[in-house]
This record gives sequence, C-alpha cells and structure tokens, in this order.
Amino acid sequence: MTEKKFRKQNPGPFYSWPMGIWFSIFFIVPILIIICYSFMKNDLYGGVLKEFTIDAYRQMFSPEYGEIFLRTLWMTIIATFVSCAIAIPCGYAMARSRHQTLLLILVIIPFLTNSLIRIFAWMTILGEEGLLNSVCGFFAKAFFFVTQNKDGSFEPVQFMYTKGAVILVSIYMYLPYAILPIFTSIDRFDFTLLEAARDLGASKPGAIFRVMLPGIKSGIISAIIFTFIPIFGNYTVPQIIGSTESYMLGNTIMDQITKIGNLPLASAISVVLTFISMAAILFMISSEKKEQNLKTVKKES
Amino acid sequence: MDFLVSIIMAIFRKNPHAKNEDNKHAKRNWKRHSPKLSTSKIILALTLAFLFIPLFVIVFYSFNESKGTSFTKFSLVWYEELFLHSGTLWQSLFYTAIVAVASATLSTIIGSLAAIGNSWYKFFGRSYIQSISFLPMILPEVIMGVSILIFFSGIHMYFGLTTIIIAHTTFCLPFVYLMVTARVDEFDYSIIEAAHDLGASEKQTLFKVIIPAIMPGILSGFMMSITLSIEDFVITSLVNGSVITLPIYVYNMIRHGVSPVINALSFVLIIFICTLTIILRKSLKSFAAAH
Repeated sequence: MTEKKFRKQNPGPFYSWPMGIWFSIFFIVPILIIICYSFMKNDLYGGVLKEFTIDAYRQMFSPEYGEIFLRTLWMTIIATFVSCAIAIPCGYAMARSRHQTLLLILVIIPFLTNSLIRIFAWMTILGEEGLLNSVCGFFAKAFFFVTQNKDGSFEPVQFMYTKGAVILVSIYMYLPYAILPIFTSIDRFDFTLLEAARDLGASKPGAIFRVMLPGIKSGIISAIIFTFIPIFGNYTVPQIIGSTESYMLGNTIMDQITKIGNLPLASAISVVLTFISMAAILFMISSEKKEQNLKTVKKES
Repeated sequence: MDFLVSIIMAIFRKNPHAKNEDNKHAKRNWKRHSPKLSTSKIILALTLAFLFIPLFVIVFYSFNESKGTSFTKFSLVWYEELFLHSGTLWQSLFYTAIVAVASATLSTIIGSLAAIGNSWYKFFGRSYIQSISFLPMILPEVIMGVSILIFFSGIHMYFGLTTIIIAHTTFCLPFVYLMVTARVDEFDYSIIEAAHDLGASEKQTLFKVIIPAIMPGILSGFMMSITLSIEDFVITSLVNGSVITLPIYVYNMIRHGVSPVINALSFVLIIFICTLTIILRKSLKSFAAAH
C-alpha cells in the first residue's frame, strides 16, 4: 500500500478507533494494573496494600519459585526443539506434495478440535489402564514372556503425571504452530536453488542443510517462537496431565490467584512472562525485517 | 505473522505468494533420482498419525459399552446418555453458543472496521492501533485471563456472561483484524476511488463496495472467532462467575471421574468442526466464483 493512496480527509479514525479504544480499556489497562500490583505488598485477605515493594520479585526468584521457573524453561525448550525438528521435514514434504490443501486441512483439523478434549484423549491413552499400557502389557507377554505379578498380569507403567507426559502432550498440542510457519516459508522458497546446488556437486543432505535451512531461517524462528510462548505459559496441559512435580509457571500463577491469594506474586510472574513473550516477538519481527531488507538490496543491485 | 497467513491460505485455498512455474517444476524434480518414499514423507505420515491417533481413540471408545478401556461390545449407550440425560451439558452448550455468537459478532464488526481503516486511511493514532492490534494474540492465555480478572474485580463488575463476552471479544479481535487485513490488501483501492467519482457517499462506499468485496475475509474471521470462543477454557474459567460453559463443563467432568460421555461428546464436536470447515470452504469458493 503506497502512501499516495491515502486520502487527506477521511473517516479512518471512525473505522479504527473502536478497536483502539477496546484494546486500550480491556487489554492495555489490565496489563498496566498487573504491573502496578507486582510492586505492591500482599495483604492477608487476598488483596493488596498500596505500598511500594519489590518483595514479589524477590519471592519469585527465591529457590522455591526459581526451581519452577527453571523447570518450565527446560521443559519448554525440549518441547519446542522436538516440535521444530519434526516440523521441518513435515513442512518440506507438504510443500513438495501435490495435495497441499488436503495436507494443510489434515494438520489443522486436530488443531481446531477442542483442546480439553485432545488432552482428555491423551489421558485415555496414557492412563494406568490406558491404551499404551495395554499395548505394552500385550507385547511384554507375547514377546518377552515378562509377567511381573503372580497372576500373570503386567504391572502398569506410570505414564500419567510425569514430566515426560507433559512434554509429549505439549508437543502434540502445539505441533501445528510449528508446522504451519515452516511450511509457509518452505513453500515460498526457491527450489531452483536446490537444483543449482545439486548441479554444482552438493550432496542431497548438503544441499538441504547448507542452502535450504538458511533460506527458511525466518520461518524456523517464527516456528520456535510460536511454539515457545504458548508452551511456556501453558496451564491446562500440566494441570490435567501433570502433577505438582511437573507444574509449570502457568499453574503457579493460577494457584496464587485462586487458592493462595497472593496477587502481587501472581502479577510479578505474569509480568516476567509478558516481557519474555514480548522480547521473543520483537526478535522475530526484527529478524523478518532484516530478511526483507536483504531481499530488496539484492533486487536493487 | 506467517502462521496466520498459512491458515488463511488453507481456508481460502489460494496462495498469496504466487509461484512461478519454474519453481513448481523444480519443487517436484529437484531430486531427480529420489525414490518415491522419501524420509520426509515418512516423517509426515507418522506425524499425521500422531496428530490423529488420539482423536481415533476417543471415537473408538465412544462406541464401547463398558466404562473401562477394554473393548467389550459395540453400543450407542453413551450417545443415548449424551442426548437424553445430560441436561446441564445442554445448558452449558447454550451458554457457549450465546458467548460465541455475541463475541464473534462484536469482534468481527470492530476488527473489520479497523482493518479497513488501518489499511487505507492515514489518521492520528494509526501506528498505535497497528502495534497493539496483535499483542493479545501472542500473550499467554493465563496472563490475559489474570489481568482481565484483576481489572474486572477492580471496577467491581459482576462476573457472568458480560465479562466472558468482553474477554472473548478481546482475544478474538486480533485474529479477525489480521484475516480481514489480508483480504483488504489484495483489494484494489482504485475501485473505491471510482465509487467516489461516481458520487457514492462514504457510507454507500462502505456498505455497497468495500464490505461485499472483503466478505470472504470477514466470514472467515467470524468463523475463526467462533472456534476460538468455543475452544477457550483458561480465560473463561477466570471470568465466568457462575456461568458454566462447555469447556468448563468438560474440565469438571475430567476432574471428577471420567465418564465415556465425554468420548461421545468429543465425536459430536469433531464432526461439527469438520462440517463447519467444509461448509466454510465451499461457501468461500462459491463466493469467490461469483465475484
């Protein structure tokens, strides 16, 4: 859209300002309030006292909550890494396929299904009498003749309520967030470059790793960020699939609000999470802009 | 926002980044001696299986007569229970529908107008609106829920349908805005100039020229909002007061002993979502053909 097209006298504000006002009231103001709350003192009745203090932040980085923070961080990093590692070959296969639309819809349908129901499905699979345990028991008996109990039954493995289960289900929930941006950028990628690399003597994996992966860098960065942020702030998956040992920051915030009633601490954690998300998004936008600038420079020269 | 572009692509079935024939050709042939079954295809097939297995498991167990996970006998007993003996569930579905329609309508109107205003007009505060327009989309749900909860309790608002609708509108708006913007950007501004030259007023231009032209974008924004609103649990559970919507009902069911009625309900919902997607795509296609 070039600037020339903008008209001088126009109803633009009447079109746009309703959204601006809506977000100012119901989004910006609430965020400002929690920033204020995070610097206030906690009172015993679940409210706040209007006194400036940084106790909430001190408490957040104390060993008790610091551990939850670190745990959340590494669980998120594992889940993000695995999702992106799966998403790159998937996006590649989808971009090269003749049935792109069908594949896209197949990826999106599970993603549109209610998230609680998908988590519930995993409960059915991972539970003590769940599908995975019956399959394990069947194989143990049929192939390894393992029977742990006297009556010949197989002792079920504890899959639910572990960190592994939370990571697995998180990957399941947010995989489409990784596949879609990677697919888009591979689809836009100029495949003649790969042909050229092959003609110049590169091996197949060499061509993919040294030509294609740098070419779709911005897609990979957005995939990482789109999976990292929601997993990092996730609440439902650890709440249902996990136990207190695998609770993440989201659960801590909710517990502080609904059970313990420490509003400043909940606000402080929220503020830190907000800043991490914002920093990630700004990083993504700047890297996208850099790439676009590079492209225009190349075209001009 | 690449991710949204690809969703829009999937729904519109139209590639916004026109590819040249060379690239298409290259895409299929760049590995001239590659076998039919490549590693990436196998990984894609496994991933799709991974994405669909839980859904199949649910559907499978919904036809199971007994409560446990061993399949005893095919029966429709859970569907009977779902349709005939779950009064509170239908009540919650009713609330969910009210919230979904109300918040989708609100966010579609506000978001579409903002998309038109921000793409075509220059005015005071344009960059402010542009930069806050996508923020609610990227913030983790818990934070948005907590901040809006503190805000509502600060102004002593009564928690109920109104608060849920406000919260849902807030997180649906960025999606509508982005989808409509994608459509507006494709649209030729000179058509509006032509309308003005032919004597149309601002109002006539909006209702007779702009809105019909970007209708597919508005429709998909509306549908997206409906899905997001039906789906949301975290934010709703914070601002719901005593109103029980469907996700909250399902969550309570999961918490207090699992009943296979959820399986039956899930199957019904999956069918519903699939039909909705198909209808939407068909109608969009016929719409695109008509214009």
